[in-house]
Amino acid sequence: MDSSEIQKLANLAMIEIDDSQVSEVAARISDVLALVDQLQAADTDNVTPMAHPLDTVQRLRSDEVNEPNRREAFQAIAPESENGLYLVPKVIDAG
Amino acid sequence: MTWETVIGLEVHVQLATKSKLFSATSTAFGSEPNTQASAIDLAMPGTLPVANEEPFRYAIMFGLAIGAEIGKESVFERKNYFYPDLPKGYQTTQLAKPIVGAGEVEITLEDGSTKSIRIHHAHLEEDAGKSMHEDFHGMSGIDLNRAGTPLIEIVSEPDLRSAEEAVAFAKKLHSLVTSLGICDGEMSQGSMRFDVNISVHKPGTPFGTRTETKNLNSFKFMEEAIEMEVDRQIEELESGGVIDQETRLYDGDKRTAKTMRKKADENDYRYFPCPDLLPVVFDDAYVDAIKAAMPELPEARAARFKEEYQLSDYDADILSADAATSAYFEQLVKTSNDAKQSANWIMGELSAKLNAEEKSIKDSPVTAEQLGGVISRTQDGTISSKIAKQVFEALWDGKGTSADEIIESQGLKQVSDTGALEKMADEVIANSAKQVENYRNADPDKRPKMLGYFVGQIMKASKGQANPQAINKILIEKLNALL
Repeated sequence: MDSSEIQKLANLAMIEIDDSQVSEVAARISDVLALVDQLQAADTDNVTPMAHPLDTVQRLRSDEVNEPNRREAFQAIAPESENGLYLVPKVIDAG
Repeated sequence: MTWETVIGLEVHVQLATKSKLFSATSTAFGSEPNTQASAIDLAMPGTLPVANEEPFRYAIMFGLAIGAEIGKESVFERKNYFYPDLPKGYQTTQLAKPIVGAGEVEITLEDGSTKSIRIHHAHLEEDAGKSMHEDFHGMSGIDLNRAGTPLIEIVSEPDLRSAEEAVAFAKKLHSLVTSLGICDGEMSQGSMRFDVNISVHKPGTPFGTRTETKNLNSFKFMEEAIEMEVDRQIEELESGGVIDQETRLYDGDKRTAKTMRKKADENDYRYFPCPDLLPVVFDDAYVDAIKAAMPELPEARAARFKEEYQLSDYDADILSADAATSAYFEQLVKTSNDAKQSANWIMGELSAKLNAEEKSIKDSPVTAEQLGGVISRTQDGTISSKIAKQVFEALWDGKGTSADEIIESQGLKQVSDTGALEKMADEVIANSAKQVENYRNADPDKRPKMLGYFVGQIMKASKGQANPQAINKILIEKLNALL
C-alpha cells in the first residue's frame, strides 16, 4: 500500500491520517492484506460461500408500526435543528 | 449509417408497506419532518435493524409477475458512502444475492408491436432521507422520515432502443406494481424514480460509452431527458468528440441537463455483507403460497374486460393498465350498467379534467358512483349528453352530492313533453320563413342536413334542455306538412 492509496482510503472513510502516520498505517493494512492472502490460499472449491458466520437465518417481524414520534428527544441532543429539520453544513451532491 | 440508441433503466419502486424495512416506524407520506424517524432510522449507537417481512413478500410478488427466479436465500450488504441524509454512513442493500433474479417484461409500443425487455435482477434496499438546501442560512435541512422506507430497485438489461420504448417500459412497470398493490404508484410523491443509462452506437459495432441520468420522477421528464442526452451524444460524436462516462442531472422544470460527476470521481462503495443481518431464507411452500394468492395482472385484466364488457382492444388496454383506473371503471359500470359509456367518460371528460388539474384518479372529486348517476340519467333520457357534461362539471366543483340533486336544483331536466316542444317548433318555424322556404325547395336528400338549423334554434330556446330525438321527430312532421 503506498501513501496515495492510504490517503484515498482515508478519504473514503472520512478519517484524517497525518503524513507522519501514513507509513505505520500502510504497514498495518499490508499485514491485514497478507492475512487475507493467506486465507485465499485455502481450497474452497467444495465449500458453499457463507454470508454470515452464524449458521441460522433472519427472523422477520410483521408489518406493524409501533415506534412513537420521539422527535423532541432526538432533536434535543442534535447540534442544530430548525422547523423540525436537522441542520448540517451544506453539502450538495445528489447521491 | 444512423446512430442507434441503447438504454438501460434502474427503477426505484417504493413499497407500500405500513412500516419501514428495518424499523417499526411509519412510512406515511407527508408527515411533519422527522416525526417518523426512530432511533434505528437515525442510526443511534447500539441500534440494530429488525427486518420487516412484508417487503420480501412484495418483492417476491414482483418476481413472480415477471417470471423471475426467486432468491430463496437473499443477503444484505452495506453500500458505503457519506451523505447527511444517510445517517448510518451506508445504505443497506443487496448485491450478490438479490431477492429477485432475471426475468422479462413485455412492452407494447404505439404501433401495436410488442417487445420483450429483460430484467437483470431486482433487489431490496432502504431509501435515504431528504436534504433541503434552501432557506437554512447556508446550512442544509435534513428530513429523515423517508430514511429506511423499503424500495425494490429493478435493473433492466440494455434492451431499450428509444425514449418511446423506455417510457413504455416504465409505464408497464408502473402498471405491474400498482396492479400487484405493492406500490401506490404516486409519481409526484416519488413512489417511482428512474435512473437512465444512455449510450449511442452504430448498429453492428460495440455499445458506446454510457452516461447515467439520475432521479427522474415522471414519464415526461424521462422522455425529455433521454431525447436531450441522445442528441447531445450524437452531436458530440459527430463533431469528433468522445463521450465521458459520467453521472448527469436533468432539471425538468428548466429543461436543462448537466454533469453531476465524472467517472474519476465516482464513489467507491466498498460493499460487504451486513454483519447485522442474517441471510433471509424462503422455502418453496412460502413462494407457492404467494403465487396462489397473486392479484389479477394487467394482461389478464385486459382480456377479462374485453370478454366481460365487450370493450375494444384499445379501451381494454387503457382501462386495465392502472389498478386505480381499473377499479374506478368496474365501479362505474356497476352503477351505470353501460360499459361503453363508462369507458368513454373515463377516457374522455374525466381524464381531461384529472390531467388539467394534475390529479390522480384515486383523488377524483367525482366518484364512480356519482359519475354512474350522470350516465344513468343520460340513458333514461332525463338529461341530454350535453347537459350531462354540465352536471359532471357541477359534481367536480362540489355543487352537489349526486347527479339527481344537481339536475333537480339547477332545473336541468330535459324537455321531452311533446306539447311544449311542438309549441317551440311552431315558433321557430314561424320566425324562419327564409329557412323554411329553402327547406321546401331543397332536394329531399339534403333536407335532413338542413334540419340542423331548426334543431339548433330550439335547443337555444330551451337552453339545451330539449330532447334532441323528440325535436327531430316533431320538426320533420311539421316541415313535411308544409311541402
